[in-house]
Amino acid sequence: MDREKTERLETNRSIEGKRSVIPFGPQHPVLPEPIHIDLVIEDETVLEAIPSVGFIHRGLESLAAKRDFNQLIYVAERTCGICSFQHGMGYAEAVEHVFGIEIPIRARFLRTIWAELGRMHSHLLWLGLLADGFGYENLFYQCWRIREKVLDLQEATTGGRLIFSVNCIGGVIKDIPEELLKKILASIAEVEEELKVLQKTFMEDYTVRSRLSGVGILTRQQVHELGCAGPVARASGVSCDMRITGYGAYPELDFEPVTASEGDAYARCDCRLREVFQSIDLLRQAIGRMPAEKDLSTPVKGNPEGEYFMRVEQPRGEAVYYVKGTGKPMLERFRIRTPTFANLPGLCEMLKNTKLSDVGLLVLTIDPCVSCTER
Amino acid sequence: MGKVLNPAPVIEEIPDDHLLKRVMEMKKGGFRLSQVCAAFVDGKFELSYSFGDDETYEYVTLRVVIDPETEIPSITEIIPQALFYENEMKELFGVKIRMISVDYENKLYRIEKEAPFGPGKD
Repeated sequence: MDREKTERLETNRSIEGKRSVIPFGPQHPVLPEPIHIDLVIEDETVLEAIPSVGFIHRGLESLAAKRDFNQLIYVAERTCGICSFQHGMGYAEAVEHVFGIEIPIRARFLRTIWAELGRMHSHLLWLGLLADGFGYENLFYQCWRIREKVLDLQEATTGGRLIFSVNCIGGVIKDIPEELLKKILASIAEVEEELKVLQKTFMEDYTVRSRLSGVGILTRQQVHELGCAGPVARASGVSCDMRITGYGAYPELDFEPVTASEGDAYARCDCRLREVFQSIDLLRQAIGRMPAEKDLSTPVKGNPEGEYFMRVEQPRGEAVYYVKGTGKPMLERFRIRTPTFANLPGLCEMLKNTKLSDVGLLVLTIDPCVSCTER
Repeated sequence: MGKVLNPAPVIEEIPDDHLLKRVMEMKKGGFRLSQVCAAFVDGKFELSYSFGDDETYEYVTLRVVIDPETEIPSITEIIPQALFYENEMKELFGVKIRMISVDYENKLYRIEKEAPFGPGKD
């Protein structure tokens, strides 16, 4: 063996088994928002993932001490641009529980309609990002093209495409007239037809399947121990959906949590796709059973005194809203635990023993919403 | 009509030296850690450790009320994923917590102001 060959062999031996740390983020093509993960790798395999958040912490919860409880609803809505409506709704429901008031039945239905439109557009946004993540740009464009129809419905019914500002403590401030309800039914029928075509690609295309199947597996036990929420948990077989707790008009509607059992990236995609169809079904039910009553809100007198933990099923999973009032206009404490915060430990676990090339895709599969997480 | 499972949320106040024992009992009882948060009320910290049952939808919050100077043990030895919640309480409220499995040393959030914040300040 000549000298050059011997040197090369020795170099290879010295590299073998050595660990390196590769920074992932905070700026990365798959990340719309900043999060940083230190990836400890050996060759191409990730051994450990250490997350670091905090690039966009805004201290929104501390505004509870500076704004009265009615104003705080607009702060809650601005926690996130994607699930904005549900943040406002979760906060409003928590304060309404503290007051012990029942909101009018029509307001409950209206909240449910907007919440389900929000879930549809959030999942379609995510499906597009996922497609972009594995390099299928046409699929990305198609998902976002369909999503535009949902955004148009949101704009037509509330005046805002993403931030609606229609919630108030005690109900809602806007109604949806009959002709717009018909328009919603017509538009969601189009979305349903177009999404069926995309579902076939997502679920049956060889390339998509080969990128998603068998990667980033979380077992049911792991999901439970790591405290994961939403589609991440349901894709591993946990049949848990906070809509069953009966807020909004969900007690009047028929549905079952969408679950899968494989716990991999493919199952998480499958769950979210089927949840869009479930939202379409729930919208049809809600519009079909919409009560004629015209009251939109219950008047609220005084200041909140007491505390409540409200749980809402956001597109990304269980969100917890804690409010505590002591009879003053300003709340003593307002706390939001977002689903991405709950899914971070699950993400670190699913990254272990995966290939470096799969990291970007797996980060996407928890549908990270970093501004929610950091508040 | 859809199925509704909504047992009223329970808040159980416990002394700080019972925290680890009760957390262990909740874990053994099949509960999932849902959230942990701190509040500063009337000169004391109110720490809330909330657990949810994914089948019955029960929601139990263990409430520990402590003086700002009191140090409490970390629950990360029992529930590792609590580390983010505990680091947040430590950094944003100044709660004294010992033995967090991964302690970010008040650098979980990259904020310009000096952390930890004191009790009741922001």
